[in-house]
Amino acid sequence: MSQLVDITITINGKTHSDSVEPRLLLSDYLRHGLGLTGTHVGCEHGVCGACTVMVDGEAIRSCLLFAVQVDGCALTTVEGLAPTGDELHPLQAAFHETHGLQCGFCTPGFLMTLVPFLDHNPDPDDDEIRALLSGNLCRCTGYLKIIEAVKLAATRRREQRVKP
Amino acid sequence: MKPAPFEYRRPEILDQALEILAEYGDEAKILAGGQSLVPAMNFRLAQPSLLVDINRLDELAYIDAGDNESNDGGLHIGAMTRQRAVECSSVVAESAPLIHQAMPYVAHVQIRNRGTVGGSLAHADPAAELPAILVALDARMRAQSKAGQRWLAASDFFTGLFATALRPEEMLVGIEVPRLADRSGHAFIEFARRHGDYAVVGVAVQVTVDSSGRCHSARVVLMSVGDRPIDAQAAAAVVSGQKPSVEVIREAAAIAGSDEIDPHSDVHASSDYRRHLARVLTSRALEQAFTRAGVRVE
Repeated sequence: MSQLVDITITINGKTHSDSVEPRLLLSDYLRHGLGLTGTHVGCEHGVCGACTVMVDGEAIRSCLLFAVQVDGCALTTVEGLAPTGDELHPLQAAFHETHGLQCGFCTPGFLMTLVPFLDHNPDPDDDEIRALLSGNLCRCTGYLKIIEAVKLAATRRREQRVKP
Repeated sequence: MKPAPFEYRRPEILDQALEILAEYGDEAKILAGGQSLVPAMNFRLAQPSLLVDINRLDELAYIDAGDNESNDGGLHIGAMTRQRAVECSSVVAESAPLIHQAMPYVAHVQIRNRGTVGGSLAHADPAAELPAILVALDARMRAQSKAGQRWLAASDFFTGLFATALRPEEMLVGIEVPRLADRSGHAFIEFARRHGDYAVVGVAVQVTVDSSGRCHSARVVLMSVGDRPIDAQAAAAVVSGQKPSVEVIREAAAIAGSDEIDPHSDVHASSDYRRHLARVLTSRALEQAFTRAGVRVE
């Protein structure tokens, strides 16, 4: 039997404790270990961005991390964006309205990249959005609708902030 | 499971990590940000038997310039400093603007959130930005082992394709970038097929000029045209001591694109095309750098 390491991770506000093999990728732990299959796995070598999750508030590729490395960290996956399932996260709603997705395979990675980005940069221009999204591949949309979605979500966010 | 099995160690302090390296040497592989190592492990191109995860070594995550007593005014960056932290640091922007300018070209933001300065340097990919930049800046690398530490010039650090002068029991723990001289200028340009891809060719330039506007010193370092960052000294020698003019820059760039490099051909670009890019990018970078140093290039 190979080495097992005890880990405790908070995912979408819920704490999970497990014993895992060190070579278990975080992406596989989320999907196979916890059934959180919203995190998608595309290239498995850090190129496509589909597996992006938030680790301690930052967008990170879960296929390039071992589960043992996030011991003690707080993660958010796409399932954490709309926890009740009744109402979409504003960014998800914007993707929906602007047709920022077709097959949807890449969408979780885009969302988890964009959530922390909009926190840091609430009013991004096209160039900034394009530079950011260069790390996520989409084979359906041609990206234009995704950029539209980001701008719609950003605008709504700013308008909400301004309201008393 | 994609990667082959390995034993996992996660030291909490540097001394513990160095202890492990002293004991296991070549068998141990250091896991820093893992943004190059883990893909290689997923493909099983790399199958280390022991992985030493140094992500808990907070003592190696720092950016420090100037005020510190232990420091001579240079910029010190710890090996475990995340690339994104360097990109966003106002200290780096001020004391090493070349690094600041080039950081957004290092892969994508998700990679920079995790990838480290030390990891990128120790990986020594000839197409990577940081190695070329540190050679252009005449930086020094601090290698530490249980036996002690030594400083290596960046130009001596990179010894070949994915190869460095680090000994098996040594770890790269930090870098030092010398304080910038007055009237200095920098430029970083790379050509890639898509933003964030490895550069087909890139160039980092750092120059200083004297009070009369003559070039006092110049470094031209090319990436992705050899097995390591290529310090184009003959090209730099053409501009040194000269008033930077379009003609002088063109001559230097021609040398950078011919004698100094031996670029490979691959699916993205032929060797000849890489030479062409090296020439054009060097010319543009020199002009930008001299302009930033306050010289009008005519």
